Amino acid sequence: MNADLHLWLIPLVPFAGFLVNGLLGRRFPKALVTTVALMASLIPALQVAVIVTKFSSLTLPYGENLGAWIRSGAFHADFSFQLDQLTLVMLCVVTGVGFLIHIYSVGYMAEEDGYWRFFAYMNLFLFFMLTLVLAENFLLMFVGWEGVGLASYLLIGFWFTRDSAANAGKKAFIVNRIGDFGFLLAMFLLIAHFGTLSFSEVFSRIGSHPAWQGGFLTAIALFLLLGATGKSAQIPLYVWLPDAMEGPTPVSALIHAATMVTAGVYMIARTHVIFDRSPFALGAVAIIGLATAFFAATIGIVQTDIKRVLAYSTVSQLGYMFLGCGVAAYSAGIFHLVTHAFFKALLFLAAGSVIHALSGEQDMRVMGGLRTKIPVTFWTMTAAVFAISGFPPLAGFVSKDEILYQTFVSPNGGKILWAVGLITAGLTSFYMFRLWYLTFFGESRAAVNDADEHGAAVHARSDTKLVLEAEPQSGHSHGVHESPWVMLGPLVILAILSIIGGWMGWPEGLGGNNWFSHFLEPAVKAVHLPYEQAAVALATGAANAPNASPAGNKQLELLLALCSVLVALAGWFVAHVMYFAKPELPAKMAAQVSALYALLRNKYWVDELYGVVIVTPVLFVARWLLAVLVERGIIDGGTLTAGYTAQGLGALVARIQSGNIRSYAGWLALFAAIVLAVSYFGWTAHLLAR
Amino acid sequence: MVPIACYLVLGAILFSIGVAAFLIKRNIITVFLSIELMLNAVNLTFVAFSRRWSQVSGHLQVNGQLFVFFVMVVAAAEAAVGLAIIIAVFRARNTLNVDSIDLMKL
Amino acid sequence: MHLALFIIFAGLCVAGALNLLFQRHPINSALSLIVVMSSLAVLYLLLGAEFLAAAQVIVYSGAIMVLFTFVIMLLNAGREERTHGSKLAYIAGFPGAAALLGLLTFIFLNRRSSFGQAQLGEYLATTGDLSRVLFRDLLLPFEVTSVLILIAILGAVALARKEH
Repeated sequence: MNADLHLWLIPLVPFAGFLVNGLLGRRFPKALVTTVALMASLIPALQVAVIVTKFSSLTLPYGENLGAWIRSGAFHADFSFQLDQLTLVMLCVVTGVGFLIHIYSVGYMAEEDGYWRFFAYMNLFLFFMLTLVLAENFLLMFVGWEGVGLASYLLIGFWFTRDSAANAGKKAFIVNRIGDFGFLLAMFLLIAHFGTLSFSEVFSRIGSHPAWQGGFLTAIALFLLLGATGKSAQIPLYVWLPDAMEGPTPVSALIHAATMVTAGVYMIARTHVIFDRSPFALGAVAIIGLATAFFAATIGIVQTDIKRVLAYSTVSQLGYMFLGCGVAAYSAGIFHLVTHAFFKALLFLAAGSVIHALSGEQDMRVMGGLRTKIPVTFWTMTAAVFAISGFPPLAGFVSKDEILYQTFVSPNGGKILWAVGLITAGLTSFYMFRLWYLTFFGESRAAVNDADEHGAAVHARSDTKLVLEAEPQSGHSHGVHESPWVMLGPLVILAILSIIGGWMGWPEGLGGNNWFSHFLEPAVKAVHLPYEQAAVALATGAANAPNASPAGNKQLELLLALCSVLVALAGWFVAHVMYFAKPELPAKMAAQVSALYALLRNKYWVDELYGVVIVTPVLFVARWLLAVLVERGIIDGGTLTAGYTAQGLGALVARIQSGNIRSYAGWLALFAAIVLAVSYFGWTAHLLAR
Repeated sequence: MVPIACYLVLGAILFSIGVAAFLIKRNIITVFLSIELMLNAVNLTFVAFSRRWSQVSGHLQVNGQLFVFFVMVVAAAEAAVGLAIIIAVFRARNTLNVDSIDLMKL
Repeated sequence: MHLALFIIFAGLCVAGALNLLFQRHPINSALSLIVVMSSLAVLYLLLGAEFLAAAQVIVYSGAIMVLFTFVIMLLNAGREERTHGSKLAYIAGFPGAAALLGLLTFIFLNRRSSFGQAQLGEYLATTGDLSRVLFRDLLLPFEVTSVLILIAILGAVALARKEH
């Protein structure tokens, strides 16, 4: 049998770290807080490393049952963890990248008052994320799902004294909630149809009924998709992610780039058995993903805040992952998840380093010329920019290309999807290089060179609503300087990973052996696709069929890869022209297409649209219908009426006590007569006329 | 040969007059007098029923009359104490008007 | 003859009671009550309760009413003033009293056959008869009553004493 891997330790160590830092951290010296936090994130990472070494000797599926949770009639849900290839990949990403970001945070948050609080929340987040990934049933996964939402709220609103931060936290939580509602409905449907929420039971039951297609499975899949769009910031629930940049940069890196937002993709991959049976749902996943990818990329090309660009980039890349899952190429989606974690985290951390260097400046329009001043940051960020733009042999190229290839060969309009995806890749390359040039090249456009003041060096500009208030950094006032090595170390490691990380999934079409997708195959292989699709899929060699790709496919893959590289180069070229060679060009172009520019600048006014269509009616209902009508009118009115009635009756009856003897006598006489009548005639005395 | 019912009706009439007097009169002593009237009416009723009971059971039954005996005793005691109270109230309030002694109103 | 006696003295009772009701001065009411009590004593005699008749005259008319008269004299109660203290007494009270009267009369007259007739001279209750039952079966109430009287005396004395 399997050796006991003590999976339960993996989430619980960070939880212990949260308890210690959360309850006692206020009184700890900073070194102790740091130690606790780093140990709480290192130990799970080490344990995962040990599991990796033991993995090949395990017989799967491996599960650990920690105890019964709900036993209610025929339904039961347990605290049970499971480990398979997909989980292992996610564990590596979460603990590995998580640990690196914890190290980075030691330097970045060094001068914050809430230092202990930050690390407590980070450890809490790790606990929930690991629970989510290790869960063996939907219910426990939902616990982790909600928990990461909570941690995200706490961390986005870390500087809660700032209105914008508090509002952003609320927005994230509320929008997430809408998605969670979808997840809940999916769970209810699962209980209704299967009577259980355990992954293994549900999937095996679906597997043993190959004739189940569409119908209720589509409903379940669509609700799950709703949950995923909330958590992974896809249309229509992506609006919280750009605002989430109010949180500290390590938070953006860990939660809103590498781990939490990928939970939706993980969930779709985990429940792929359900999605495989519903072509409609898969199509919805693909289209939503692609639409989001393109949409967010178009917004990203005109943003001026460095973190906002990266936020929209995250939304766009998540769209790619959804696209990959939507064409049943789940391992491609997961692969992009992994590589994206590397380079996006790196991008955010490097951006944080830039911001730190400029004492809180985030607006790219006043950056520039930093290449020589912060070289390590520059070179690591360069690696990330090239990775995300899809230049071989870096990581982003491999994963994105895999997705695009799978999209191209998928039946049902794959070529159109591929074309849009390709254009989006071009836009991605363009805006990343735009960011690169604006930040590091050219003359320094910094408006405030003397940074003696307390760090809020950016004033909100009245002409744009998109500039965030600078993150409060206290006391850094000695000009542009490189960050300390505690921050640069993780940058370097992530840069290395961004460069070589793709090599584990090098496609066969280009001479590799695609180890990654073969590794994941047992966990995410699409099975029992709808019959007509399955036949076509086999014929075209899609869906991870091992060693089934004929030579023609190799050529196709090579051709498509070439297209991707060309598009990436085109994006770089345009960015070079617009932001390096002729820096006055962007303004002229913007003036020429001012309407389009305004549309993109204002993010298609989606927030405002939601505000009018959804928020205002809800507020109206809450403030007028519910608060006034129901609360004051019915509820208060009801209770007050009861009270007044009692009071009134009491006052009425109290008038008997007049203190006047004669009135007492009067009452006595009256009631004596009544008693007499009742006792003589019985209770039917009122029927005297008999 | 007088029907006993007549005695009973007489008792009822006296009792009602007593109640009416209680309600109408404003002098507290007169109110007390009406209470005595009511008690007397009840006594008459008791004696009449005692006679009826004797008739029904065949031999002399005096329990009704003994009850009247006790009523008289208690009425006497009550009259004594009540009048003492009236004297005390008169000393405090200097009035015998029932309506002005209403300190116990709510 | 029984009937004639009954009617005369019943009429005296009612007349006295009504006089009590309509007189303004309490002393007149007290004297009317004495008339009522004396007539009642005669009625008791008609019903064969000779001890009670005597007790009625001696205790009630002779002691209690005298006590009342003395108190009226002591407090110098004068004519009644007209005050309106309680409308309620009229509103609730009179219907109540009237209802009582009506009910009782109705009940008694409805069942007058079951009450039978009273004959003069039969079932006379002598003092001996009364005392036989009183001191044998009702000894405890008798003793308690004597304690009651004692308490009443103490109470009356305590209440009526002049404050120093």
